[in-house]
Amino acid sequence: MRFINNQSSGKIAEVIEAETTRFTAQCYDLYGLPPLGSLVHTGDVYAIVFNASTSSLEPGRKPLARGKDETTEEDIYKSSPQLAKLLRSEFEAVTVGFKDVESLRQYLPPQPARIHAFVYLCQPDEVKEFGGSFDFLDILVNAALPIPAEELIAASLRQMSRVQDDPRAFLVAAGKELASLLSSQYDRLKSILGRLS
Amino acid sequence: MTDRLGIVTEASLERGVEVRLDGPVSVEDMVVGRYVTIEGQQRRFFGMITDVSLGVTDQRLTVTPPDVTDPFIREVLTGTSTYGSIHVTPMLTIGGDAESILEGPQPVKTIPGHFSVVNLASEEDIERVFGSEDPQRFHIGNPLDMETKLCLNLEEFVKRSNGIFGKSGTGKTFLTRILLIGMLQKSQAVNLIFDMHNEYGWEGSSEGTTGKVKGLKQWGQSKVAIFTLDKENSATRKVPTDFTVQIGYDEITPEDISVLRSTLNLTELAVEAAYQLRRRFGKGWLRETLALGEGDTSQEDIDGILKEANIHESSFQSLRRGLGIIQRLGFVVPQAPEDAVKHILNQLDRGVSVVLEFGRYREISAYLLVANMLSRRIYAQYQERSEKARANDTALPQPLVITIEEAHKFLSTEVAGKTIFGTIAREMRKYNVSLLVIDQRPSGIDEEVMSQMGTKITCLLDNEKDIDSVLAGVSGKNELKAVLARLAPKQQALIFGHAVPMPVAFQPREYGSAQSYKEFGQAGSQTDTARAEKDIEELWE
Ligand SMILES: Nc1ncnc2c1ncn2[C@@H]1O[C@H](COP(=O)(O)OP(=O)(O)O)[C@@H](O)[C@H]1O
Ligand SMILES: [Mg+2]
Repeated sequence: MRFINNQSSGKIAEVIEAETTRFTAQCYDLYGLPPLGSLVHTGDVYAIVFNASTSSLEPGRKPLARGKDETTEEDIYKSSPQLAKLLRSEFEAVTVGFKDVESLRQYLPPQPARIHAFVYLCQPDEVKEFGGSFDFLDILVNAALPIPAEELIAASLRQMSRVQDDPRAFLVAAGKELASLLSSQYDRLKSILGRLS
Repeated sequence: MTDRLGIVTEASLERGVEVRLDGPVSVEDMVVGRYVTIEGQQRRFFGMITDVSLGVTDQRLTVTPPDVTDPFIREVLTGTSTYGSIHVTPMLTIGGDAESILEGPQPVKTIPGHFSVVNLASEEDIERVFGSEDPQRFHIGNPLDMETKLCLNLEEFVKRSNGIFGKSGTGKTFLTRILLIGMLQKSQAVNLIFDMHNEYGWEGSSEGTTGKVKGLKQWGQSKVAIFTLDKENSATRKVPTDFTVQIGYDEITPEDISVLRSTLNLTELAVEAAYQLRRRFGKGWLRETLALGEGDTSQEDIDGILKEANIHESSFQSLRRGLGIIQRLGFVVPQAPEDAVKHILNQLDRGVSVVLEFGRYREISAYLLVANMLSRRIYAQYQERSEKARANDTALPQPLVITIEEAHKFLSTEVAGKTIFGTIAREMRKYNVSLLVIDQRPSGIDEEVMSQMGTKITCLLDNEKDIDSVLAGVSGKNELKAVLARLAPKQQALIFGHAVPMPVAFQPREYGSAQSYKEFGQAGSQTDTARAEKDIEELWE
């Protein structure tokens, strides 16, 4: 539980699979998952969390249901402390940019993240800086993901808007950027905007 | 409203420029007729907004419209997926280098590049193109929705015949009055105004709150004389007239009758009879013709004369009836005590403009007869003097501008060839005489005459034929049509042609308030100003 307490500044996970466009990371704490759409970074690479899962450490072995005699769900974990060691939380993030010397670039990095690289949740000032450009939306709009891109885009913009001085103006500007990216795909635009307002 | 409007997305020399409006710019602020500048790479373009439209990037938006009650969605979509666009007709360009700036505005021979920025034209832009008030340039109004003064070079203006058009009640008379004041103040030309409704000389009427507005004489006492055809009527209206015009039988010619043919409902043969009778009787033909059958002449004698002159009895009767109408006009007398033409010329030669009031003689036949007859003889004088001056290398007579209303009656295809006005319009001021024609039905004016007019100013017209005839031969005709058709029903006009570098829709100066008199006064000479102020005081005492 050490990490959860200072999650806001410390590493939260470690890369266990990486390619140019995305990586998978395992969290140090069970359920220590960053929210859908949040901005994370590992090394110079910036990415947005698009998927998360918690499953058994041993592939193929499913956990058993244990709560029949417990009153609360928490009691299950209390009475079987080993559970935290048998389960793991993982998330996947889509690469949306990288830090090139001093500047943030919102396009794909020359190298993917490295295995075992630490993953950090971006701090409000980092999020704010990253949100200064909407070029990353182009990557998200075109990314082939297992979840609908509209959901992810809306989630990430909602997250980013929270740290802005004027959240509404930020969303309007982002919306306008999307309107031009999706100029001939009104249906997609509509479903994103519907999740922002 | 910001000054930046948007960017060029499409353009062609033939069809004009398509401009996509920026998100924050509301289509509803865009009105046709307004001026914009387009910042090309090498030159600036001046153009007029000639259409405004809405567009969507995806047709599905029109099928399932977004929830516009949500202000967020509305704000995002405005200017992006849904946008306004304007159609701009380029009128002029100004090059970027020093040389082209000196050359001034040039006609448009190319188009601005993709995504050139489009701005609302600024006051300086308008001033650069139209010039500012100076000894030749007269402030006639302001471009639509702008505070800038729109100035017209009156020296240039009076070099050609010009026209003022518009439906009844749109402001033609007010505009004419403004231009006449301008000419009095800023051009070398003298004016002869055939004032059918008695509104230019001393006092005119207004539908506005004042009810009455000042005429020309109240502006330039020493430079304007008021002549009248109806002394009593002028006196009733307390107009200080300078001369009463009467016309003797001898002064009327068969040409004058032929111009009146359709007005008097004469047959072709009846007009022909007038010519034959003049051949027979000479100068006194009208008196003789009227006397035939009235006094002692026997029917036998009449028959004899008609037979000899080869005139059919029915043509003769038709002519007699027409001449009877003329004879009954109060200002037509067997023998005029004084020569009106001589008196008019005397004034004009002294640089004094003449307004001829018609008093109660508002019938078109009186107007046609008098305007045509007097102009013909005055023109003949100018012709003679000009030819003499050219032969002797001396100064040409002072330019003369003749103002006529109901111009289509003088300049229809049927009579344009016969009236003096057709000749003046076609000759393009060969003898230093030009026309200012005022008309509410320009389609009735001969096409060729229309095409010879230098500058046209038109208030609202709604008849398709009239619009076509006014705009015939103008480049960007279809676009200007849209502008013309949307002018306000009063006190808005479109000016284009010789005296202006590009067409512009404008609001003529306010005329009629004490303040306006003061401003018009200031544009004139010092003495004029002093007088105007004195007049204003008197007016409000
Ligand atoms: N420049 C102007 N200043 C003030 N009032 C105007 C002006 N132009 C038009 N008007 C108003 O519109 C009315 C009609 O104008 P007028 O010139 O008599 O029309 P028209 O000669 O075309 O029939 C005037 O009586 C006046 O009230
Ligand atoms: Mg009028």
